[in-house]
Amino acid sequence: MIIDHPLLGPRDAAEFTYMGDAKLIDRPDWQSDTAAQDFYEYGYLRDNPAGWHEELWFHEAGDRSWLVVTRNTVTHEISKVELARDVARAKGRSK
Amino acid sequence: MHDLQPLTALGGTTAQIDSFAHITIAENDGLALASVAARLGHEAACHKTLKKLLGAVPAPGKAVLHDPEAGFWMGPDQWMIGAPRETHELLADTLDALFGKTASVTEQTGAWVCFDVTGLAMPDLCERVCALPIRKMAAGDAQRTMIHQLGCFVIRRESADHIRILGPRASAGSLHHTLITAAHAVA
Repeated sequence: MIIDHPLLGPRDAAEFTYMGDAKLIDRPDWQSDTAAQDFYEYGYLRDNPAGWHEELWFHEAGDRSWLVVTRNTVTHEISKVELARDVARAKGRSK
Repeated sequence: MHDLQPLTALGGTTAQIDSFAHITIAENDGLALASVAARLGHEAACHKTLKKLLGAVPAPGKAVLHDPEAGFWMGPDQWMIGAPRETHELLADTLDALFGKTASVTEQTGAWVCFDVTGLAMPDLCERVCALPIRKMAAGDAQRTMIHQLGCFVIRRESADHIRILGPRASAGSLHHTLITAAHAVA
């Protein structure tokens, strides 16, 4: 599997480490009334789709950046690769 | 009065040089290093200072081979700056004053071991130890990769048969071992 790194170009997947569902970017608000339930779901509950899935990959043997990779779990086709920080900032995180 | 003797990364009093028929592996003990990471919201100012220092901001996967300070890209908004240790021993302090609040500067001299690999068989050696497309790399290409399970930077220098490898200093012996083993295989 080849991951097309947005800055460095196509790199072998062996250089990367899978770090889980990209929903981990959406950390719940700790001050919310439902924080306990939200964090339980954030910590433990994941979808397991057969199909397109947004995932976090860490370029461990490369530039150490975190990526959001949109990958088809059935065919391993990758449709989109973005820097996780750009995704997070677009969602108003990193402030 | 203490009588302290500085040691190189491999433990000698002088840098170790291993010569083979078509390859030379030379420990480079004369390098001062410091990393620069742009702070959030100060990226433009940090780029400006980098440009003043090196002549250009190193692009992703690239180095700027400038004298006396040179630099390469490590990751998004992160660079490593290197200079001769003789003249720039306090590189991190100098850079800290230069960048001020626009970047975080960390002393890196004591964290890395540096090997200069030169000779006709350099591409063969490089192909045996890491996954970089060495024959496609041009002068000034700088990539991080795995050598012997160690995260290392490989910088293609001006001369076509010269790469500089920066690896973790604490594993200098292991990195040296794998380079020597590969050199025996290709020499």
